[in-house]
Amino acid sequence: MDIIINGRTIEFSVDPRTSLLDLLRDHLGLTGSKKGCNQGACGACTVLVDGERINSCLALAVQYQGRKITTVEGLARNGDLHSLQRAFIEHDGFQCGYCTPGQLCSAVAMVDEWERGLPSVVTQELAAQGIALDRDEIRERMSGNLCRCGAYNGIVEAITATFENLP
Amino acid sequence: MKPFTYERARDPNEALRLVGTDGGAKYLGGGTNLVDLMRERIEAPERLVDVTRLSTEIEGKPDGGLVIGAAATNTALAAHRAIREQYPMLARAVLAGASAQIRNMATVGGNVLQRTRCIYFYDEASRCNKREPGAGCDALDGFNRMHAILGASSACIATHPSDMCVALVALDAVVHTLGVEGERSIPLVDLHRLPAGRPDIETELKPGELITKIELPPPLTKRSTYRKVRDRASYAFALVSVAAEVDVTNGKVRDARLALGGVATKPWRAWKAEEALRGQAATEPSFRAAAEAELVEAAGLRHNEFKIELAKRTLVAVLCELAGVAT
Ligand SMILES: Cc1cc2nc3c(=O)[nH]c(=O)nc-3n(C[C@H](O)[C@H](O)[C@H](O)COP(=O)(O)OP(=O)(O)OC[C@H]3O[C@@H](n4cnc5c(N)ncnc54)[C@H](O)[C@@H]3O)c2cc1C
Ligand code: FES
Ligand code: FES
Repeated sequence: MDIIINGRTIEFSVDPRTSLLDLLRDHLGLTGSKKGCNQGACGACTVLVDGERINSCLALAVQYQGRKITTVEGLARNGDLHSLQRAFIEHDGFQCGYCTPGQLCSAVAMVDEWERGLPSVVTQELAAQGIALDRDEIRERMSGNLCRCGAYNGIVEAITATFENLP
Repeated sequence: MKPFTYERARDPNEALRLVGTDGGAKYLGGGTNLVDLMRERIEAPERLVDVTRLSTEIEGKPDGGLVIGAAATNTALAAHRAIREQYPMLARAVLAGASAQIRNMATVGGNVLQRTRCIYFYDEASRCNKREPGAGCDALDGFNRMHAILGASSACIATHPSDMCVALVALDAVVHTLGVEGERSIPLVDLHRLPAGRPDIETELKPGELITKIELPPPLTKRSTYRKVRDRASYAFALVSVAAEVDVTNGKVRDARLALGGVATKPWRAWKAEEALRGQAATEPSFRAAAEAELVEAAGLRHNEFKIELAKRTLVAVLCELAGVAT
């Protein structure tokens, strides 16, 4: 079986019980993605599949053969941190850092969803063409990522600062 | 987790053949419910048949309705322009459920067949008639704050957790299936069973029967919405939710379609409230009367009594919002 992780094609063979998260962490040594709850409730294991965010703890690795996975290790380019990673440092977007890899992956995909015009449950006009990405929208759209340290204000600021200037 | 084999179906007939009828296999959608239940050893299939590559299409029908492939993701549903414009209650219900990550994985078919979140169903050390028929129900005298006030029995008070299904039953959705005896269609409101004495039998589906698509008739009106009341602002199951579509003409309710979530053992179509509303003045007192009519048989337990009044108030608030009546 093949899977493309952070741009590299990797051949793997695992028991069908293996989650994508365990494949990444235990078989491939990519320990950036974290295991918080292992039941879909915290978002610490968030990775991108073909650019879309999912909880890798609930994903069976076999189901993702041939797909392109991006983990937090794949956000930096040639050693340069992603602008969102820099903003998390500047705006105190974390304390212990455990939820951070999930928060980062989630935020990257969240902005993509917003750019595609996907509404959220707090969007007033569901069919509106342009939705303002204000604090309420960011909080709702990031609600699948919990932070036990309560760094939410910093997280929202880091996201706002990074993506404010998007067209 | 018990060992199992994994296969991916390329078309509905292959899925049906791979799953068989011996009860040892399960269809796999996004896995967001099934994988969790397998880890908890509540489900233990020997074979998984991946149905996420079956139809994901969302297509308009000539009559103005819509057909949704069972493998469409929850996100795809909420993103679809016709659903946002014509069926806002459905888009809102989907967006009110779970998190963006889970909605990206979850399929429409899997959402319909997701199982209850009752804590006693999940806890192997507790008695649960759904998990083990005849064992008893520890929720009855337990911490039953999240449990059902409608449609419950002395064997089971677990709620059906889906938000999407609440909107779909209000919209008269029809489920299309493929089974060993061929294709058939079942109104969604009849798909889930009331628990009565056998809460372990949750739907009318036969062994191996595959959900292929969901069909929606045209909406009554675009004036529809979904409101979910929960313990935190986001990413929590409903205490009470209301799906409502109301056609108000000249100050009178011409027609309405209503459903309740979080309060019942299955997605609950509020027929009695609809009946009470039809032809009435679109005013707060008639909305309250309709809510009273629907909840007349509601039965509260030690910790969930509050849901009766909460359901009434939420229903009235949503009707006022849709009818443009100040509260
Ligand atoms: C943390 C968390 C929070 C959540 N919060 C909410 C919430 O607020 N509101 C809400 O509504 N939901 C919520 N959910 C539940 C979520 O919506 C469901 O888990 C999801 O919709 C299930 O879809 P799936 O494709 O992943 O199903 P799977 O887990 O793949 O399958 C579920 C069941 O459906 C069967 N199945 C799947 N497809 C078919 C088919 N085509 N034909 C026949 N059988 C089929 C499977 O065999 C299985 O029995 C939450 C889940 C989690 C983990
Ligand atoms: S570890 Fe996956 S959601 Fe918590
Ligand atoms: S920074 Fe500690 S959990 Fe979020």
